[in-house]
Amino acid sequence: MATLSVCQPPFGGFSFEYCKRNAVLAAEVAKVGCSIPAARKTGTTICGVVFKDGIVLGADTRATEGMIVADKNCSKIHYISPNIYCCGAGTAADTEMTTQIISSNLELHSLSTGRLPLVATANRMLKQMLFRYQGHIGAALVLGGVDCNGPHLYSIYPHGSTDKLPYVTMGSGSLAAMAVFEDRYEQDMEEEDAKRLVRDAIAAGIFNDLGSGSNIDLCVITKNKVDYLRPHDMANLKGIRTGNYKYKRGTTGVLLKTVTKLDLEVVEETVQTMDTS
Amino acid sequence: MNTRGLRSQLKDSVPVTGLGPHVGAYGVQDTLRSGFSSVKNELLPSHALELSEKNFQLNQDKMNFSTLRNIQGLHAPLKLQMEYRAARQIQRLPFLQSSNLALDTLKGNDESISFEDILNDPAQCEMMGEPHIMVEYKLGLM
Repeated sequence: MATLSVCQPPFGGFSFEYCKRNAVLAAEVAKVGCSIPAARKTGTTICGVVFKDGIVLGADTRATEGMIVADKNCSKIHYISPNIYCCGAGTAADTEMTTQIISSNLELHSLSTGRLPLVATANRMLKQMLFRYQGHIGAALVLGGVDCNGPHLYSIYPHGSTDKLPYVTMGSGSLAAMAVFEDRYEQDMEEEDAKRLVRDAIAAGIFNDLGSGSNIDLCVITKNKVDYLRPHDMANLKGIRTGNYKYKRGTTGVLLKTVTKLDLEVVEETVQTMDTS
Repeated sequence: MNTRGLRSQLKDSVPVTGLGPHVGAYGVQDTLRSGFSSVKNELLPSHALELSEKNFQLNQDKMNFSTLRNIQGLHAPLKLQMEYRAARQIQRLPFLQSSNLALDTLKGNDESISFEDILNDPAQCEMMGEPHIMVEYKLGLM
């Protein structure tokens, strides 16, 4: 019987039902001398920079799963609202769901206010949500956008702390990317210079960090315009084979050739029109 | 396990439903999911977030009420609490899930989406209490 006598109203949100079971299983498995699978390491390079009249966000496209490259061309720059985008590092599913939820909330918010959302609003929503889950949602984000107060760039850590800076990096390749920024960042750069700087920062992450790789995605946000460049640059193209190693036709001489005809009897033949709509 | 930290968590929080004996979907202890029952299992949360999530709404309401009291005086949270209480009484029959539309509108939850709305949505629950028994329970006949 699937009905209960008196059923408690269920609560929405995260369910912790399996935590106790997993703890019991881990203890049982440890007794036998085995271990349950551990979480996989992730790796990413994401960064953002403020230029004269907007923001350039950049990301690599490698999804790492321990020692394995899970995806060679994944998208790490997520949509938040028409004037705000967000790069995500850390657990891929967490960054994806976090940005989707904040995107939905901001859409509802802007429908209710009738204006484009502020970047500060998105930042506050993200940090309050991440702080609530105390770092168990592994999303390290770079949030950038242009609103009525000009361009804004935030970095948001998984525990809910945020920075507002003119240039930020995140992920395992953040040190390599930050080194490039520290060297070459200037105030009020032109768009092309900013794009080149972000491209070089991500490329530094790609070439010096094993968790990052493949292509470079860029997102240029200016007032009233968003340029999502995917891919902006293939940082390390696969080499092209210079020689041709195929045998020429007829290299092997034919010694003998026999053709055997199949004796088939046609019983019925119908013509059907093909559905080409 | 850091039991000392958990104890301080237990002390500071107001348990809503209590962790209590873990009764599964079929009314008995679900051994496969929650392990063998023991006092320690029933007192300590199994995940660092379990308690704070369980009490989140309550603590947030408490914080909002006290802020409101500091800003506008005692009448404001009292009036709001009265309205919440009235809205909470609008329900369907005891075995049917209420949409809580009035309460959500009062709290502003109808204009936001969170994990409560997409994970384990109560409206999508496949289990239902026995109608007659639940009505009798609500009316205090049993």
